[in-house]
Amino acid sequence: MDFTFTDDERAFQEAISRFLMTEAAPEALREIWETDSGRSPDLRNKMAEQGLTALSVPEEAGGLGMGDVAWSLMTQELGYYGIPDSLADTAYVSTGLIAALPPTVTDRNGWLEQIAEGSIRIAIGHPVNPLVADAHLADLTLLNHEGEIHAVPRSLIDVEHNASIDSSRRLCRVMWEPNSATRIADADTGAPIWEAALNRGALSVAGQLLGLAQRMLDLSVDYVAQRKQFGKPIGSFQAVKHHLADVAGKIEFAKPVLYRAAYSLQHGNPDAALHISQAHINCAEAAHLAARHGIQVHGAMGYTWEVDLQMFMKRTWALESSWGDRAFHKARISAAIFADDAPLGPGQTFGRS
Amino acid sequence: MDLNYTPRQQAFRQEVRAWLKDNLPAQKLASYDTREGFEQHREWERKLFEARLSMVMWPEELGGRGCDLIEWLIFEEEYYGADAPMRVNQNGQLLLGPTLMEFGTEAQKKRFLPRMAASDDMWAQAWSEPNAGSDMAAISSKAIRDGDHYVINGQKTWSTRAIYADWAFGLFRSDADSKRHHGLSFLMVPLDAEGVTIRPIKALNGKDAFAEIFFDNVRVPVENRIGEEGSGWHVAMATAGFERGLLLRSPARFQQPVRKLIELYKANQSTADRDPSIRDAVMDVWAGAESYALSAYQSVGRLARGEKIGAESSINKIIWSELDLKIHEIAMRILGARGELLSSAPQNEDDYGWLEGFLFAQAGPIYAGANEIQRNIIAERMLGLPKA
Repeated sequence: MDFTFTDDERAFQEAISRFLMTEAAPEALREIWETDSGRSPDLRNKMAEQGLTALSVPEEAGGLGMGDVAWSLMTQELGYYGIPDSLADTAYVSTGLIAALPPTVTDRNGWLEQIAEGSIRIAIGHPVNPLVADAHLADLTLLNHEGEIHAVPRSLIDVEHNASIDSSRRLCRVMWEPNSATRIADADTGAPIWEAALNRGALSVAGQLLGLAQRMLDLSVDYVAQRKQFGKPIGSFQAVKHHLADVAGKIEFAKPVLYRAAYSLQHGNPDAALHISQAHINCAEAAHLAARHGIQVHGAMGYTWEVDLQMFMKRTWALESSWGDRAFHKARISAAIFADDAPLGPGQTFGRS
Repeated sequence: MDLNYTPRQQAFRQEVRAWLKDNLPAQKLASYDTREGFEQHREWERKLFEARLSMVMWPEELGGRGCDLIEWLIFEEEYYGADAPMRVNQNGQLLLGPTLMEFGTEAQKKRFLPRMAASDDMWAQAWSEPNAGSDMAAISSKAIRDGDHYVINGQKTWSTRAIYADWAFGLFRSDADSKRHHGLSFLMVPLDAEGVTIRPIKALNGKDAFAEIFFDNVRVPVENRIGEEGSGWHVAMATAGFERGLLLRSPARFQQPVRKLIELYKANQSTADRDPSIRDAVMDVWAGAESYALSAYQSVGRLARGEKIGAESSINKIIWSELDLKIHEIAMRILGARGELLSSAPQNEDDYGWLEGFLFAQAGPIYAGANEIQRNIIAERMLGLPKA
């Protein structure tokens, strides 16, 4: 029993953080998000060079074979630095989906190799999300037709853009015609794969929300330490301190929930869906409170476009209903813990005993 | 990361489970806030000690069985999962014990810890004073050196179960001219010493749950001091963190009531669901207890890796105290108009003790450092915000 990360895993997280700190500074992101595509091929190439797209690709396809537990550190960094959807959707969620396809899907290994070398963007249209993020740029979009999985190239889809309050988001309604050439799995094969993709997507969002929460807390701590009123930094006032202490508490106690969820998914725990829904909700709560208290302690500056806090607040408000909104995840928790065989009470934390 | 218990840990769980099944008192013990209940709980503690289960993570020579912290968590899970009695000597075993372990001399450890593990000595705290509550550095009770003794004069208060206890420990001003956290010494005082007067204070539950202690020229030998003279603040603070957070309130203490709450909700669902927010609140405390348990396993793992747990333990204190309050508030909402009935009332249907727990939960956000103080600690020491 050891619920901690290794030094290597921590060092990896720090390396990612250092890289993104330089390459994805808020000024750069603002410029990128203002372009039509909203994405920067240059940043994407740098990420691929760092191997970020290869992380969860199996080793035999040229990747690093990293699991969900290590990804729970990675997604926090993606959230912290406000990295748009397509990286996690391609390199994590879609990679998991493609790797789970039966070997009879002839393109499977080719796609994985392309993901690893960073030469393909993949969007994923799960029915839990009303729109498809980043389909406008995707070389390939994975789509659901009556439970089947279809892999549809860009040339066979039309997209209608739907602007979001989060300037980093590029949401598309995808128009397409399913056919036997695009179908890569029937509904029976597809069901568990879509289910796993949903869980991985929810876990990805949970990690990003936790990273966003930490970013907004850090921005707020910096602000209240330098902003003075009544002749003192406002961070010396108890009411302000307590707002931020509560955010720190939410973050600290959401973290191990995220890590258990990742471990449960990676190791096939039968309660994985319950654990993931708890992670989605707890991480969303941490981020939501970080946004609310963050804007409060920023005062009027927090309500401006100019101060960076807004970028991370808006991403929070978008992501907290993504890959299952709160009602979806509450319903899954409700179904699990009020069931007759629910894993309740002491000693059931990591499995039924 | 490996979230599987080792065969040794699994065997330990089975051993504890089997022992509790065979040895739990047939009837619920009386409240340990009464003389009768206090002695019943002492008897239970002795039984635990004889099975070497009272302080499982203490070394064998001091009355424990040398378990690691994971095994301690397992013990707690089985203990509270079996609805075993509350731990009457927790102030000694969970607060003073670790302090002696870290700062005590070998002679002090041998003298006090085995008797504490066996509950031959029952311990009370003597920290707060009428004018030193949240501001503990305002302590004014004096312990002035006179040869190989200290002479104590002053008053302590909010000493839990002190009228039944054998010993008390706390901070006293050993340098009469000192200010704030300087010049304090950490002393252990026998409560039958000449000059000690204990006056009970009735708590919210109407029982003599705590007390004031008056010291009138009480002589205490120098060997009852823990740590150096004048370094009492350091001794008290060094062990306050982890113990205050986790040892005192292990996660099983909340996972079990959450299980009971879910049973209570399901048994009363048709009436409870008239208020649609109850079901959501039950889910919320389920998540809170899970999260607290997960955080505990994470902290234990970090300690095993040699890391320190610092100001984060102040978050623990806030989380468990507010969680406990929420759990009991929801139970009272489910019980509705029957909730006010005492256990002695003929129409009482609450056989779990929700009302008693609800009353005690009111104290959680206040004792062991009020939650406002904990939030200040988080803001200043974890987030680095400036002091007022």
